[in-house]
Amino acid sequence: MTLLFFFAVSAQAGGPESPLKKASFIPQWVPQAQFAGYYLAYEKGIYKKYGIDLTIIPGGPGKPPNDLLKAGSAQFATLWLSTGIKMRAEGTKIVNIAQIIQRSALMFVAKKSSGITYPEDMNEKKVGLWGPIFQIQPKAFFKKYDLEVDVLPQAYSVNLFLRGGVDVASAMWYNEYHTILASGINPDELTTFFFYEHGLNFPEDGIYTLEETYQKDPDFCRAFVEASIEGWKYAFSHPEEALAVVKKNQVKSHVPATYAHQRWMLEKIKCLVLGADVPVAMGTLLPEDYYRVAKGLKDNRLIKEIPPYTSFYRKCIAHD
Amino acid sequence: MIKNKGIAFKLAFLILASSTLIFAFIFWYNYKFSRQIIVKNIEENASNLVQATVNRIDMVLLSVEKVPKNMAFFLESFSYSGGELIDLLFSVVENNPEIYGSTIAFEPFAYSTNLLCFAPYVCKSEGESQFTYLDCDANKYFYWDWYRIPKELDQPLWSEPYYDEGAGNIIMSTYSVPFYRTVEGKKKFLGIVTADISLSWLRKIVDSIKIGRTGYGFLISKNGMFVTHPDEALIMNETIFSIAEAKGDTFLREIGREMVSGQSGFVPITSIFTSKKCWLFYAPLCSNGWSLGVLFPQDELMADITRLSKTVFFLGLAGFLILLTVIVMISRSITRPLRALAGAAEEIATGSLDIALPPASSRDEVGKLTDAFGYMNASLKKYIEDLTRTTADKQRIESELHIAHDIQMGILRNIFPAFPDSPEFDIYATLTPARQVGGDLYDFFLLDDDHLCFTIGDVSGKGVPASLFMVITMTLIKAKATKGLCPDKVLSAVNQALSVGNDSLMFVTLFLGIFNLRTGELYYANGGHNPPYLVDTNGDIEALELTGGMALGVVKDFQYTSKSIVLKKGETVFLYTDGVTEAMNERNELFSDDRLEKQIKALEGRPIREIAVDIMKGVEAFTQGVPQSDDITMMILKYHGE
Repeated sequence: MTLLFFFAVSAQAGGPESPLKKASFIPQWVPQAQFAGYYLAYEKGIYKKYGIDLTIIPGGPGKPPNDLLKAGSAQFATLWLSTGIKMRAEGTKIVNIAQIIQRSALMFVAKKSSGITYPEDMNEKKVGLWGPIFQIQPKAFFKKYDLEVDVLPQAYSVNLFLRGGVDVASAMWYNEYHTILASGINPDELTTFFFYEHGLNFPEDGIYTLEETYQKDPDFCRAFVEASIEGWKYAFSHPEEALAVVKKNQVKSHVPATYAHQRWMLEKIKCLVLGADVPVAMGTLLPEDYYRVAKGLKDNRLIKEIPPYTSFYRKCIAHD
Repeated sequence: MIKNKGIAFKLAFLILASSTLIFAFIFWYNYKFSRQIIVKNIEENASNLVQATVNRIDMVLLSVEKVPKNMAFFLESFSYSGGELIDLLFSVVENNPEIYGSTIAFEPFAYSTNLLCFAPYVCKSEGESQFTYLDCDANKYFYWDWYRIPKELDQPLWSEPYYDEGAGNIIMSTYSVPFYRTVEGKKKFLGIVTADISLSWLRKIVDSIKIGRTGYGFLISKNGMFVTHPDEALIMNETIFSIAEAKGDTFLREIGREMVSGQSGFVPITSIFTSKKCWLFYAPLCSNGWSLGVLFPQDELMADITRLSKTVFFLGLAGFLILLTVIVMISRSITRPLRALAGAAEEIATGSLDIALPPASSRDEVGKLTDAFGYMNASLKKYIEDLTRTTADKQRIESELHIAHDIQMGILRNIFPAFPDSPEFDIYATLTPARQVGGDLYDFFLLDDDHLCFTIGDVSGKGVPASLFMVITMTLIKAKATKGLCPDKVLSAVNQALSVGNDSLMFVTLFLGIFNLRTGELYYANGGHNPPYLVDTNGDIEALELTGGMALGVVKDFQYTSKSIVLKKGETVFLYTDGVTEAMNERNELFSDDRLEKQIKALEGRPIREIAVDIMKGVEAFTQGVPQSDDITMMILKYHGE
């Protein structure tokens, strides 16, 4: 993989004759439908149309996007909003130039057979939780419903839950929840708690760049955001084509390509991107969402101070 | 409509239709029953095969299970040093060819209160056993499934299959046994002992299952993940449920749920690999709860019965054609003579009786029918010949009778007025025979200038015999009625002559009168005849008194008597035969004396010819076309005086 360090210096915005500006982008995980919009924009030449000669660096374990951003080996990356705020608060000068996912996909899943139907049924049950970033919403949830639970660390797989090692598992709606269904458990055998529905909406994937990059060439950032959004719109209206492109990238990266799983993921991502309570233009980060997440981080002592909204979010979309 | 079709068609249609039905039923039943037997056999074989394969796999897995179990027992029962544990791991890996790697992983600080992690691991690598400590940095070993799940569940467990990149991308599974230490009467969890095994041998066993050309076996894990499958792309990538979801196949999902829940079963299913209809037999492994499924391609296993069915079908078809040919031949042999007969009958109907009938080739119903036709034809011919002859005879007789009629009518005087030179009287007579010739008679002639003899009679019987008898009677009267004889004498003489040789016992009623033209005296004798009427000038009528005579020709020597009356000027004598009064209409009513008398009265004073004609008209009007059964004769004598 070649890492690209330089920007085009003499930029002439627009015009088909103007030379393309080179850029690199890294999504926060391996190729999957969660990033279909970016792969589609690349595949359909949308980035080129916006004057960008883009390289997509496949993400995955051992390649944290924040490190690549900091090192400048990627100009653009996707991060969770909470991760982004944490980085900013810890001194990495990154800015959110588009909030793509509007609805939190994080959820709890429990088997009905373990007697869990309502939040209060979780009392004294074993609950599997991921790392600190993923614990903000669950802890707020326990507090909200005044629950005493037995918290167990949860690894990548849901096997502990499937075998009955925990009563409640953390899951992403578009990923682990489907893995559970694809292990033969029917939806009607499960109880689900979406944090989004319990007043704990922490929007997830957004596009980030260094503040420096943004200040040098806001038009370039704007072009990247608009091309990405166009890619997302194309992916949502052409799901089969999108899945084929995702699969191509999965094969290239030697990632297992499961059609049913990716189809599920694309459908759910579409809901999460377009499913804001208040209709907003794609790419918008609402201040109330920002402060809800930042406050959650602060309450959990993951950050000391809340960075100002205006320094964190740089609107790059042409219209609301 | 079949009703209007020929016998050959009907026979062929009905017999073939019913035999087709019978054959189809037998065919269907045979197929169904054989299929059931085969399916039952397949199920038994499938059960045996799957169970045998499951046992083979379980044997290996269960033998592997013993190793970490013994190690756990050792760890719980004896004290040990770290070096001893590493030596133990080396001996386990080196002495058990099927074990790829083994670890004894302790809970944080359980091995030593100042050691977070302690998990020595020995595994095979390029033919050598290598020792290492498991990761304690980012991915701490005690967060992994192989550690967490048996710990949380408090029981030994096989892990889900996984790819081990370090071991050269082979599918592995790990058997984990928790071990404990009893501290102050409480069981305390200390860690996990594992044995990793490669599953490549398992793939060999399952892939060696070949049913026909396209049947195959596959193995899925507790999560439904494909561990082995002929389609490489599915292995460790898809679960049976993700395939069911991608294909929208809810049945497959249900089967998958049965499989991962440890059930056995035999179900028809469409293969996701070959898209062929198959039977799936599945059964769980005892050791790790994974499920082995074997697909039996229906078409291949049913090939024998399909071939048999095809053969039976073609045999049936051949039989059908033979049957068709036979029926057509039989019905032809029946209908050919029938058609020939029908043609002959049409010819016969047009009158060609001499046509040759088709020969009767057999003694069956058709042969008998041909015989009957021949007999009918011969009878018809004979009958028509008879009829022709009879008709000729009849025509001859009729023409003879016609001549006889002419002769008979010629005998009767029929020129009126009969005596234009005798103004003293007028006489008129008419005879209408019922047949060509009749038995009634009348006659009148002058005996001399003053005496008129007249007579009317009726011979018993009708037709030719009666007419001959009538002629004889008339001839005799002519011969016997001579001048000066009284009517009784004439009758007696005629009677005598008729009675001689009257073998046929015929007789004749006869009225004979001799009328004196000058005086008006009328002598008469009546031999059994209807008494004539005397009509006076006022129109009053009375019957002439009887003379007590009987019909002539019966008693040879019978003596007749005469009576006499004197006719006044203008009086009329009306004579008739019973043909008048006994004329019948269609209601079988007689014309009767009364009607005759009334008509005579009504006609008084009219010319006698008109009287006769009118009475005849009256009789005809009464009978209204009913054929005349008897001769009708009337004679009217009117006296004018000198």
